[in-house]
This record gives sequence, C-alpha cells and structure tokens, in this order.
Amino acid sequence: MTNHTAPVSPVSHHRHITRNSCDCKMNFSEVFKQTNQLCKVSPDGKYLATCVQYRLVVRDVSTLQILQLYTCLDQVSHMEWSSDSLFILCAMYNRGLVQVWSLEQPDWHCKIDEGSIGLVSSRWSPDGRHILNTTEFHLRVTVWSLCTKAVSYIKYPKACQKGIDFSRDGRYMALAERRDCKDYVCVFVCDDWHLLRHFETETQDLAGLEWSPNGCVLAVWDSCLEYKVLLYSLDGRLLSTYSAYEWSLGVKSVSWSPSSQFLAIGSYDEKVRILNHITWKKITQFEHPAIIDNTKATVYKEAEKRPGVGSDEMPLHNITMGATLFNTQSKYEICPLPVQIPVVKPDPDRASPKIGISVLAFSSDSRYLATKNDNMATAVWVWDMQKMSLEAVLEQTSAVRCFQWDPLRPRLALCAGNTKLYLWSPGGCVSVQVPTEGGFQVQSLNWHCSGDSLILLGKEQLCLCYMDTDQEDK
Amino acid sequence: MPESSTVKDVLSSSVECRTSPLRRFSLSALHRNSLGVFCSEDNVQECLSHISQEVSSFGLRPAWTEPGSGSELNIVAALNCMYDLIQLHRRGLRTLENMEVEQLKSNSNVDFLQLSTTRLKEQLEISKRENTGLLERERQLQLKVKSLQNCLKNEKEEVQKLQNVIASRASQYNHEMKRKEREFNKLKERLNQLLVDKKEKKQAIDVLNNIGRADGKRSLWKTEKMEAKHEGEMYKTLLSDYDTRQRELQLENAELRKVLQQMKKDMVSILSSRKPAAKGDKHEHGGTQAASEEEDDEAFDSSKESVELYCVHAREKLTNSIRLQWRRLKSHVERLDSQVSSAQTGESKSTDAVPRETHEEEMDRLKLEIQQCKDFIQAQQQLLQQLSSPCDEETASLLSDCYMLQEKERLGDEWKTLEEQRKIFERERRNFTEAAIRLSHERKAFEEDRATWLKHQFLNLSPFSDSKKPSLSKSKSAFLISAETDSSAAVAPEKFIKHRSESPRCVPLTSPSTADLYRTLCLIPEDSSTKPKRKTEHVEESSVFCGNAPVRHKRWDGIQDRTLSQEKNSSI
Repeated sequence: MTNHTAPVSPVSHHRHITRNSCDCKMNFSEVFKQTNQLCKVSPDGKYLATCVQYRLVVRDVSTLQILQLYTCLDQVSHMEWSSDSLFILCAMYNRGLVQVWSLEQPDWHCKIDEGSIGLVSSRWSPDGRHILNTTEFHLRVTVWSLCTKAVSYIKYPKACQKGIDFSRDGRYMALAERRDCKDYVCVFVCDDWHLLRHFETETQDLAGLEWSPNGCVLAVWDSCLEYKVLLYSLDGRLLSTYSAYEWSLGVKSVSWSPSSQFLAIGSYDEKVRILNHITWKKITQFEHPAIIDNTKATVYKEAEKRPGVGSDEMPLHNITMGATLFNTQSKYEICPLPVQIPVVKPDPDRASPKIGISVLAFSSDSRYLATKNDNMATAVWVWDMQKMSLEAVLEQTSAVRCFQWDPLRPRLALCAGNTKLYLWSPGGCVSVQVPTEGGFQVQSLNWHCSGDSLILLGKEQLCLCYMDTDQEDK
Repeated sequence: MPESSTVKDVLSSSVECRTSPLRRFSLSALHRNSLGVFCSEDNVQECLSHISQEVSSFGLRPAWTEPGSGSELNIVAALNCMYDLIQLHRRGLRTLENMEVEQLKSNSNVDFLQLSTTRLKEQLEISKRENTGLLERERQLQLKVKSLQNCLKNEKEEVQKLQNVIASRASQYNHEMKRKEREFNKLKERLNQLLVDKKEKKQAIDVLNNIGRADGKRSLWKTEKMEAKHEGEMYKTLLSDYDTRQRELQLENAELRKVLQQMKKDMVSILSSRKPAAKGDKHEHGGTQAASEEEDDEAFDSSKESVELYCVHAREKLTNSIRLQWRRLKSHVERLDSQVSSAQTGESKSTDAVPRETHEEEMDRLKLEIQQCKDFIQAQQQLLQQLSSPCDEETASLLSDCYMLQEKERLGDEWKTLEEQRKIFERERRNFTEAAIRLSHERKAFEEDRATWLKHQFLNLSPFSDSKKPSLSKSKSAFLISAETDSSAAVAPEKFIKHRSESPRCVPLTSPSTADLYRTLCLIPEDSSTKPKRKTEHVEESSVFCGNAPVRHKRWDGIQDRTLSQEKNSSI
C-alpha cells in the first residue's frame, strides 16, 4: 500500500488527497479542534456542529466554512441535533443546564435550568420540540416543551444501561421503570406524552430495552447476572422469552437488524445468537474461537512496516521524533488458515470482565454483522447473514476502538487509536494513513449520512475524510 | 509296562525267599558254633538231610532221590541243585543290586525331598512374613481410608454448611437490597417532595419565544378521544406490521408452492413417461389397478391445481398428492435400481446363455488350433534336432549354448522357487518350534493347575489337623513338580524318576497295576517293610485317590524310617 500525499487541491482548501491500492481516492480535510469528542453532523447532512470548550461551532459540511458560532455558559458535556436539523442542544451536566440554539434564528435562545436537582442526561424527543432531562439519582425525567414551555415529569425511571428508547418513526417511547423492587416498562406516545401501556416485565434486574426498527417489537434484556431476553409487542403482550443458558454471566449486547428480521444477542460466553422474527427462536449462533480454521472466512492481518529507517537506530529515532513514530505504514495481508487470534485472559476477580461480545453492528442492508469480542480486542469479526457464516476477520495490530457501517453501503470503517483508518468491504480491506501533522490518533469515527464522508475524531481534534464517490461507483 | 513286570519279578522272588534266611541263619550259627565247619565226615548224613531239607524248602528238587540210597551223592542231581542254587544266588544278587540302586535312588530322592521341604518351609516362612507385612499394611491403609472417609464426611458437612451459609447470605442480601432500594426510593420521594416544596425558581425554562410544532399543528388536549385515537393508531401500526409480514409470508409461500408445483409436474412427467414403458410388465405384475389409480390422481390434480392455491383443505391435498407422488417416485427409483442391478446380472446371464453354443464351437475351434500349433512346433523341434546332430560343431556349440542358457534360466528359476520353498519351510519350522514352546508352557501350566487341584482335593478330603495339612500337601506337590524339573539332574536314576513322575500322571486314569498295587497294599499292610519303592508310589496315589489318609500317613512315616535304615544297611 502506498499513500501518496498529493499537494493541496485548489477546490477544497486544506485538503490532503490520498490514493490507496483499491484506487479509491480519499481526501482528508484539515484538522479542527474539538472537545469531549462532541462533533455531530445534522440529520439532514448539511451541517457539522462541534464543541470547543464552551463554544459551539456550526460549519457547512461541504465547504467546512463556519456558519454559526454560539457561546454557551460553560463547557459543554453533551451536544445533539434536533431531528429537523433546526436546533442544537448543548447540555452542561455539572451545572444542570441545557442551552438550545436555533440555526435559522441565531438570536433565538433557550435555557433550561434543572436547578439543584441536578442533571445526568439530556436528549431531544423525536419531534425536536421537547427535551427530556434525566435528573440526578434518576429521580425523574423532566419533559420540557419548547412549544408551550410546559413541563411534565415521569417518575421512577430506572438507572440502567439503556433505559429509554424511541421507536424509529419517533412515535413511541419506551421507558424502563423501577417501582417496589419490580421492573416495569412504560410506552409513551411521543406526540402528547400519553402513557399508552404500562406493564411489568419478567426480569430480575432489567438492563436495557430496544425497539425493533419497525417499531412493533420491544426487546428487553436482563442484567448480565441472568441470560434473559424478552420480546414484547407494542401493545404490551409478551411475545417470547429467550434464554440460552443459566448460572453464568449473560447478555452483554443486543442489536436489531435494520430489517427487523434478526435480533443479535452478544453474551459473555463469546457467542452471538441470532433470533428470527417469526418464531423468536435461535436460528444460529456465531462463535468467536481463538483459532480460526473456517475455510470460507478470509482473515486479514494488519502488517506494519516502518519506512526506510535502520532497525538499530529505531528506538532513539522514535523517541526523538514523535511525529514519525506514528507514520509507520501498514497493510493487510491475507493469512493462510488456521489463524490464531491473540486472546487476553480476563481477570476473574474483577467485575464486568473483559470478555464476551460487547459490540454488535448490522450493515445497513442487514447483510453483514460486525462483532467484537472483548478478550480479542484486536479483532473485528464480520459475519454474512445470508450464508450465516463467518465472512472475514480483521486482525489489527492494536486494540479496535470503534467501528461503524456505512449508512448506505456494506462498508465498515474502523479505527484503532492510531493514525490510520481502516475500511472493509466485501471486495477487500484497506488501511489508510491519515495524512495530518502532529500525530492525529483516531479514537472514534462517524459516517456522514450520505456515506460519502467520515468524521474522524482524535483526542482533541477532528478531521473529515471524503470518499471519492465517482471512483466508488465504478 | 516293563516296570510293573520287573516289580512283579522282584516281588515274587522276595516272597519266595522271605522266611528262609532267618532259619538258615540260626541253623548255620548252630552248626558253626558246635563244629566250626558246616560239614565233616561225621555229619555228612545230617548235612545231607539238612541240605536237602533246605533245598526242598527253596522249592528245588533234592540233590538225591531218597535218603535210603546211602551217602552217595547223585552227582547229576547235586550239580543241578548247585546250579539252581547258583542261579538262585545270582538272581538274588541281581535283585540285591537292583534294590541297592533303587535304595540309592530313593535315598537321593528323599534327600532331595527333604531339601525341597526345607526350602519350601523357608519359602513358607518368608511368605508368612510377607503376609503379615501385607496384613499390617492393609490394616494401616484401612485406618487411613477410615480417616479419609471421616475427612470426606467432614468436608461434605462443611460444604453443606457453606452452601447453607451462601443461601442464607443470598437471601439476606436480597432482602437487604430490597430494603435499601425501598429506602432509596423513599429518599428519592422525599427529595422530590422537598424540591417541589421549595418551589425553586432556578428550575425553569427560559425561551425567547415559543416555537411551533414541527408538523405545524397545534397541540391537542388530552381527552378520551385522544386516548382512543392513540390506541387506534397503535393497533393500526401493529396491524400494518402484521399485514406486511403476512404479505411477505404469502410471497414466500407462493414461491415455495411454485417450487412444489414445479416439482410435482416434474414428478408427474417422469412417472408418466415411465408408464408406457412399464405398462408391458405391469400386466405381469398384476398392478393394473395401481396404474389406473395413478391416472385418476393425476387427472384430479391437474384439474384442481388452480383452485387449491389458497384453501386449507386443498393445501392438504396438494401436500398429500406430493407426498404420494414422492413415494411413488421413490419406489420407482428403487425399482429402477433393482432393475438395473437385475439387468446387470441378467445381461451377463443372457450373453452367456444365448451364444453359449457359439462359444463352445469357438472354444473347440481354438483348441483344435492349439493342438495343431503344438504339433507343428513339435515337428519343428524334431527337425531342428535332426538338423543339429549332423551339422558342424560351431552351430552345435551355438545350439548347445542356447540350450545351456535355457537350462541355466530354468535352473535359476527352479533355484528361486526352491529358495522360496526353503524360506517357507524355515518359517514353518519356526512356527512349529514356537508352537512346541507354547505347548510346553501350556503343559507346565496344566501341571501346575493339576497340582493345585490335587492339593485342593486333598485338603478337602484330609481330616488332618490344620498344622499338618499345608506342609504335607506342599511337600507332595513340590515332589511332583520337582520330579519333573530335576529329571536331568542325574543320569543313572533318570529312568526311575521318569517312571515315578509319569506313573502318577497315567495312573489315575486307567492303569490297572496301580489299582492292583493299591489293593495289595490295603490287604497286606505289613508288606511295607519289604517294598519301600512300591510304598512310595502308593503314598502318592492313595493320598489322592483313596480316602483313608491316616493309614497312609502312618505308613509313609514308616517308610521313611525304613528306607533310612535300609540305606544304612546297604551302606554297611
């Protein structure tokens, strides 16, 4: 793999152009500052909002020119676009404050003060006109209306992994509730916060809930002490209960396929179980063995190469020249099977051990499933949902931080806390050096909703990566 | 049996001369004491009478016809008598010699037995010691086991206790947690109340101006109607979801049905194409009604195909018909398979049967041809020989060389085959030796088994005290074994030992002599003094085969004494 750092292109200012072996051109933007990794593209894909300390900067995605600049009262801890891309919410949790900014009317302002009751979480309702604030100790959820200034309270919200979920169409909200030492689920109509259903769940200690993408089925799972997944219909009927085993740490992650056809459950036993949407029974299970001998799978192993420096002077050189330390080139090699994936044994005495499937992500077409097993931190597994088999394994040189599917294509982007961006698609795998000065380490990434660009987030910086769509389409 | 005859011989002679030596001894002593010489001028008559008496007591003819004929000796008779006496003497000597040898042998045997007895005693001692050691160890181990069992029990109790502790703790913990949660909730409630009561001005929303709803509508009051509407909407979404799902399923079903139909059609076509071909043999099979049934079914299916799509009943029919046809297809395929296999065999048969005659003809023809060729070759050879004899030396040598070469080759071939045969023989011989070794091993094992069995039998039978039993049985069994093993120890007594060792082996089965011997032994127990050798045999046999052990035992002891004394005598 050769990365050509081309001169700055005249059209898009301050951009580096990179070509990779796939002959798909990638342009990288200049690096911008950000704090707390607060950087979000508006749902319509036009604007990019970033927080720098107490300032909120809104840029045009295509030109990266600053459109608006807002000043908040304190350092922002959470930032979110409203669903109609007209408002931006900035929450300052340590001051119990939420400020809302309008893109259309820069003068318009709104400030919500939760006061001494405190604030731990703030979010938009799907309609973009209400703000849901969860107070400290999960005392209650306050719903503020921007239309009427009205405030309503929802009591007994449960403090758990994922206690609130909105259906994809934004009509319903499911909320986990804890009363009298029992778990309940409330289903609200988001239009007028009318309580549609309220039912007790058969859980010991509910850990999370998630709507199916079509909004008709609610998956509820128990805490890791017990493997239990419950499926409720929108009207509160229990459709099915699934438990794979007992007496051992159970569910670690749950994910619906975009088609609502599959429910993937990752657990502490290093397996992913796939349930179907008709009988809610297990179709198959994906194991994550340390030795891969499945002949149908392709194993891509990242191989690092340090350019042009003699091995004896390496250490000194690296210490003195920090920037070049990160400029090692790498490429993927296809490993002949069987392959041994490095495994880290978790400490059994510590709580929430680093083992099991922590991340599950379906591609937008529900064709592929990407998973990560916590005790094999350097590997990402891609499964083919049509063949119900392992498609590829990406073995990185360092631990994988984050991966995300292209919202339109079956293309997976991942980062591993180094200066490189990795992409997988059914056709192959590439590793791209982010050509920026000062050792930009990619900690996290987000796809633009068009799938044409990626936002790469470093510790205090961000950078955009543009995929050359013409080339891609070819 | 040569042995028994010699024994009898010895026996008879010894019986004959049993009583005489004592008397003779006393008489001769008397005579010697008074005169110094046996016969003098004075006592010729007495001597004569005495001698004749003695001679007659030996069962010989007297040396002289009658006492009345004076002192003249009938020389012929006297010579005969002397000759007889000498013969008698010789025989006696021979017997003595035999007896001595026998004596020696039995002495050595006794020595050996004693030796082996001591050895066995030692062994017994050792094994007893070992036994006690083992017993001690066993006791210790049992103690250990007991202690371990106790430990295990304790551990189990401990585990039970711990489990109880855990369970109680878990319940306690759950209880505590619930209590804490309740408390926590109470606190939350209280905090909430306080915050509400405080009417904090800080908790507020500050909006420049209210914004409209995203959909542009005004918000609605919460009314019953709204509730109903929400319910309705919810059900609508659910319904639509079910609708889409049903449609999907229908689509899938339709596709599957299409596949099914296609399959069915294929099957039907296959089956129908088969039918005309199979019709011929159908008549033979008598399956005409099946065929008509099939046709009916097919007619029904094809006519109803369009109707049966969405009806449950029809669906059942469809699946049933498919199943039926599938079964039919299966049987058809099976039949085809069997046909193919039978055809294969039939083919071979038919090809064999039809042109058999032609084959035979061909064969005959070929045979004839071969014969002709052979004749031709023979004629050629003859011609060649005729040619070779008168032709010059060179060609002769050439020819001979040729022959030589041929001969060499032939010899080489023969050599090879012989070599192979030799190898085979070698292998066979090895096998034989191995078999022989195995046989001997087996025999040995059998012997041992038998010995133990005998011992066992004896132990069961013998009413002796326990202290005597083991030693006796041991010594005996040891004798049996040792007699065999030590057969090569001495060359001279080998024969005897062999006899000895073999006799117990064959005796128990059929030998009448042993039975006889036993009978005589039982009848004349006093014989023991004169027949030590026979006694020993009897000891062996009677100990096993007759029940009167006490008698035998006593006798055995007596024999030992006897033999010992005899040994002394012979040595003197």
